Amino acid sequence: MRVAVQSAAFDLGAEAAAFAAAAGGAGAVVTFTGLVRDNGGALAAMEIEHYPGMTERAIRAMASEASQRWALVDALVIHRFGRLAPGEAIMMVATAAPHRADAFDAAEFLMDYLKSRAPFWKKEIGADGAEWVAAKDEDEAALRRW
Amino acid sequence: MIDVLYFAWVRERIGLPRERIETAAPTVAALVEELKAREERYALAFADLASLRVALDQELSSFDAPLAGVREVAFFPPMTGG
Repeated sequence: MRVAVQSAAFDLGAEAAAFAAAAGGAGAVVTFTGLVRDNGGALAAMEIEHYPGMTERAIRAMASEASQRWALVDALVIHRFGRLAPGEAIMMVATAAPHRADAFDAAEFLMDYLKSRAPFWKKEIGADGAEWVAAKDEDEAALRRW
Repeated sequence: MIDVLYFAWVRERIGLPRERIETAAPTVAALVEELKAREERYALAFADLASLRVALDQELSSFDAPLAGVREVAFFPPMTGG
């Protein structure tokens, strides 16, 4: 299991290929990538703040819970912080499992938890100023299905 | 002494990312009351606790949690990762 919290961009293809190649015994690899939406051209940049130390701990705890709940061979979470331009990749999750249902479910679980339980905060920078992104009720509700 | 950290708009409202505080507050809620009494910017930042979250030593916690033995308290809005 690898958790990377970084400001640098990552190579989605290279990360996915290396993850799949190292996932011995897996029959399924699922990857999810989150991008900065441009909000119809209104977004100039996205600034992501995080809580160094707690971020890595919280993600590791989520990944270890996912490993207990599903038959995972491996999991990967990369999440960026700092200033990102529209279209840039913010984060990726990859899961590897013997069968696809476990890989999909564990990836969704990790995504739902990353949204509301990993200490990141997004700020949208637009032409008219900057605004912190508010947490959505539906993101909190999404945790209840697990 | 306890390290108090602020993130996102809490940090912006208070005007600093972290500070060391000498406190005998028994709970998070009592610490919040002490901070609110300090200055207007703290009172503004902590006006609505329902819109805030707290972590004790980097674990999510609650405002009624005790502070005994805690070294680091962090206040922040609901998280928006992913």
